[in-house]
Amino acid sequence: MRLLFGSFFTFLLAAAIGLGATWFTLTRGIAFGSMTIGAWTAWPRTGSQDIDPYAHASIARDGELPIGIGDGVAFFARADDKGRELDGRCTFALSGMTPPARYWTVTLYNARGGLVANAIDRHGFTSQEIIRDVDGRFTIMVAPQARPGNWLPTGGIERFVLVWRLYDTPIGVATATMKEGPMPAVDRKGCS
Amino acid sequence: MIRWLLWIAGGILLGGIVHLATVLAMPRAATQDAYSRLVPMTPVNSMVPLPGPTAKSSIMPFMDPAFAAAVCRYDLASGSIKLSAPVSDAYTSVTFYTRNSVAYYAINDRAAGKRAIELDLMTPAQHAQVPEEQDVTAADRLIIDSPTTTGLIVLRALAPAPSLMPMARQALAAAQCRSEPVE
Repeated sequence: MRLLFGSFFTFLLAAAIGLGATWFTLTRGIAFGSMTIGAWTAWPRTGSQDIDPYAHASIARDGELPIGIGDGVAFFARADDKGRELDGRCTFALSGMTPPARYWTVTLYNARGGLVANAIDRHGFTSQEIIRDVDGRFTIMVAPQARPGNWLPTGGIERFVLVWRLYDTPIGVATATMKEGPMPAVDRKGCS
Repeated sequence: MIRWLLWIAGGILLGGIVHLATVLAMPRAATQDAYSRLVPMTPVNSMVPLPGPTAKSSIMPFMDPAFAAAVCRYDLASGSIKLSAPVSDAYTSVTFYTRNSVAYYAINDRAAGKRAIELDLMTPAQHAQVPEEQDVTAADRLIIDSPTTTGLIVLRALAPAPSLMPMARQALAAAQCRSEPVE
C-alpha cells in the first residue's frame, strides 16, 4: 500500500515538474547562444543546423520559420534600455546607428508575433524608407498617436515586441568573435 | 521520513527526464508547426506565393511584412528538385528548412552572384548518384543536400517601400521549383 502511494506520488511529482518545466521554458522562449546589444537580443544559431533543442521546440510549437544564417539575423526587443516593458500606451524613441547590413527592417508585433492594426496601416520601416537627418542618423517614434517624421504606431496595445532584422550582414555569422555592432537605443519618452 | 525524501528525489529525477523528453519530442509532435500550417495551401513540389502578414491574419508568427514570400513544399522521394529564382532589384534570399523547421541552408542574391539563383536539392543518397564528371564540370551547379526527404524552400524578396511590393511579388512569380524524376 505504501509502495503504491509512494510511486503514485513520485509519478505525479515527475509529471508536474517535467511538464511544468517544459511549458515554462517554451513560453518564456529560453534559448542558448544569445547575443545581446542594448535592449536587443538575437539568437543567430537558431537560424542554422546548430539550433539548440529549446529553441527548436519553441519554434515548432509556435509555427515560426526562423531567419536563416546567410540570409540575416533578427534582434528582438521586449523592453527598453532601462528594462521597462514595451507598453503600447507609451511613447518610445528608437535612435542611433545600426550594424553594417545591406538592408534592415524594423517591425512592431503583438506578443504572439502578429501585426497590430492601426489607422495608417504601417507595421514597420525598411532602411530605404526611413527619414534621416543630415548625418545619416534617424529617430523612429514608436507611439500610440501620430508623430511627425518616422512614426511607428503601437495601436495602443498593452505589450508589443520590436524585431530588428539585418539582411546580408556579417553580424551573427562570425559567431566565434561575437563582435558587437551598435544597435539603436530604445528610450521611453512618457506614457499617456 | 527518509522513505518520503527518497520518493521526492525520485520524482525530481524522473521529472527532469520527462522535461528533456518532451522538449526533444516537441519538434516531431507539434501539430501547428510551419510545415503543417503550409500543407493546406501549398501543393507539393511547386512554387506558390504566400499571402503577406496583415493585422487580421498571418500564416506564421513574426513574418516580415516588408518581404514578398513564396514557398515550395518539397518531397524528394520521387527525385531531386531544381530550383530557379530570378533575383529582384533590391534583395532576394532563399532559405531551406527541414520538415521540422530547421533552417539548414540560406543564400542571398549577392552570394549567388548571378542574375538568378539556381540550385539542385537532393537527398544525400541522390547526391551520391550524381556522375562525378557532371558534378565537377558544371561548376555553376550548386547542389544542396537536404537532411530530410520533405521540407520547405522559402523565397523572400524585399520591397524597400510598400509601393514596391507588386514588383517584389512579380519577381517571385517567375521562380520555379521542379521535381526531376529519376531516370
